[in-house]
Amino acid sequence: MKKDIILSGVGGQGILTIAAIIGNAALRKGLFIKQSEVHGMSQRGGDVQANLRISSKPVLSDLIPEGKADLIISVEPMEALRYVHMLDKENGWLITSTNPLKNIPDYPDMDDILNEIKNLPRYVVLDAEKIAKDIGSAKAANIVVLGASAPFVDLEYDVLEDSIKEIFARKGDDIVNMNLKALKAGFEIAQKSK
Amino acid sequence: MNKLLLLGDEAIAQGAIDAGLSGVYAYPGTPSTEITEYIQSSKEAKEKGIISTWATNEKTALEGGLGMSYAGKKAMICMKHVGLNVAADAFMNAAITGTNGGLVVVAADDPSMHSSQNEQDSRFYGKFAMIPVLEPSNQQEAYDMTYFAFQLSEKYDVPVMLRVTTRLAHSRSGIVRKKAIPQNNMTLPHDSKQFILLPSIARKRYSGLLGKQAAFETESESSGYNKYFPGEDKKLGIIACGLAYNYLMENFQEKKLPYPLLKISQYPAPSEMINNLYEEVDELLILEEGYPLLEEQIRGILNKGKKIKGRLDGTIPRAGELNPNIVAEALGLPVPKGYDIPSILKGRPPVLCDGCPHIDSFEALNDAMKPYGPGRVFSDIGCYTLAALKPLEAINTCVDMGASITMAVGAADAGLIPSVAVIGDSTFTHSGMTGLLDAVIKKSPVTVFILDNSTVGMTGGQNSAAFGRLEGIVKGLGVEEEHIRIVKPLRRLHDENLKVYEEEIAYKGVSVIITRRECVQTLARRMKMKFANKKK
Repeated sequence: MKKDIILSGVGGQGILTIAAIIGNAALRKGLFIKQSEVHGMSQRGGDVQANLRISSKPVLSDLIPEGKADLIISVEPMEALRYVHMLDKENGWLITSTNPLKNIPDYPDMDDILNEIKNLPRYVVLDAEKIAKDIGSAKAANIVVLGASAPFVDLEYDVLEDSIKEIFARKGDDIVNMNLKALKAGFEIAQKSK
Repeated sequence: MNKLLLLGDEAIAQGAIDAGLSGVYAYPGTPSTEITEYIQSSKEAKEKGIISTWATNEKTALEGGLGMSYAGKKAMICMKHVGLNVAADAFMNAAITGTNGGLVVVAADDPSMHSSQNEQDSRFYGKFAMIPVLEPSNQQEAYDMTYFAFQLSEKYDVPVMLRVTTRLAHSRSGIVRKKAIPQNNMTLPHDSKQFILLPSIARKRYSGLLGKQAAFETESESSGYNKYFPGEDKKLGIIACGLAYNYLMENFQEKKLPYPLLKISQYPAPSEMINNLYEEVDELLILEEGYPLLEEQIRGILNKGKKIKGRLDGTIPRAGELNPNIVAEALGLPVPKGYDIPSILKGRPPVLCDGCPHIDSFEALNDAMKPYGPGRVFSDIGCYTLAALKPLEAINTCVDMGASITMAVGAADAGLIPSVAVIGDSTFTHSGMTGLLDAVIKKSPVTVFILDNSTVGMTGGQNSAAFGRLEGIVKGLGVEEEHIRIVKPLRRLHDENLKVYEEEIAYKGVSVIITRRECVQTLARRMKMKFANKKK
């Protein structure tokens, strides 16, 4: 198996946490992984991305080749579009939240953004923030998006749950349970789209 | 066996710990910062008593490491590529003195300048200093080669360079550890004159270094880190250095690479292996993540032999990092394309955080400079460099660490008065103190703003050497006390602060204005930890 995943969003939105959970799950299953991330300047409210590659064979390039990404997982809708040139036209899926982060003066019209996303053959969009708030914490929006991506990463759901338990263990049971709920909520939305 | 999931940087750190490291010396710099941070937060490193405090700059770091090596123990020095410019005097001469305890210098380069002023290739420095250079292609090699680098250093009593780039430094993969080697005991150098570079001794040391070059090349030919892979199609031979190897092989996962290949991860370049490849093929393609260093050497000035393809003939773009698609194009392979990026997409450049003290400092400075016109603000490297962008557009230069003060002095010499310098607190202790001394001695009519957010901000909030010391340093350098002003950069204090700025900018002598308010990121983290501890 192989899954090449691009994670995108704005600095501070928790993309690397998503990457850590998927990466942890992949390692548990004995898969090979490479996960590249951007540090330094890109954290300051700029666009950030991570390349996460999981495979049953050793992974070579840390960067995903253009046109070969199986999945774009984005916590911000405009950032989702920034990487469509990486997406595999035959099989690629785009999963994104619809919550814009408008920290630039010329942020495009949300309708235009949604239209561009809906032009793609395979996508899932969800109001991750609202779902997260309904569960009890807006901060879990990134995990909601992860849940929505779960049907597409080719890893068993319970393995992802185990990873969440391990990664958030030191933050206490309440946080762990909140994130498990967030994962499930996102997952349920995506099941309908698949 | 259990694999650790580590960044390339972390693999280097763990490799050093397992190789018997006694001290890491470094200044924060993307993409090298995480090496030292890993050691600083490693329980194992703490138990082993490994020294890991941040140095004031890369030069003091390298010299500190050299001192530990002098005393017989293993030291590692970490920096980004431009940091090696700062450390260059110590670096070059450490190659001449040679080492006692193993000494490894890690240079983390940033091709495509994701977070830097340039994309210089540190392998040049290794060649310049005539020491071995190791260039891993993946995280496991980063671990293995760091471990090996200490052995190589102690075998030949020379510093060894380990060179990585952003895409390896900041990429995570599983690695397997080796057996840990204990640290060295303290021992003085056998030759009591080894480290004294008086000309009469330096000539001997230099001669010794020259005498080791052949052995370094033999190591490159025999260590196994440079590997030859045969291929049937002799129309082309490929040399792939470091990370370039991955990008090449990424394109040959389903089908076998038909061309003979030389993977290079150790320098000096193995001339015999290169020559053997050259002899058997019609043309060569050279893939390097960085400058066309090897390509230029192989091509030579005359370029009279077989066709050499690479960055210099346009086969590969001259600038910027490599990726699998660039390599595919260079080989004439079909390059898959994704969707077109929609035209509605807008850039999202990095910005100063909400509530950042620098915003307030610059808003007041913009007002203060209005009567004098544009072009007079000389700045430096840090989060505050972002003030060059909209909406602040407050600075006019950013060149290298500390250049703000010294360039302001030079501009004032030329008649540009007032000239103003803006520098961060840790950039100031890194390389600003000497410039301020120049200004004081010359009685230069400059105003130096030290933006004291009490941290090394851009790299993630490491401890600043300036903390608690700024006033004392500035006074000690000779700035008149009545022209050392301290303000708190806050919106509600804008008018009050503006008055201070105006007074000091008008003063025709050296003024230092320290604008002091903690970085909002480090403040948030501190509060979070405080709250978490209280709960316990």
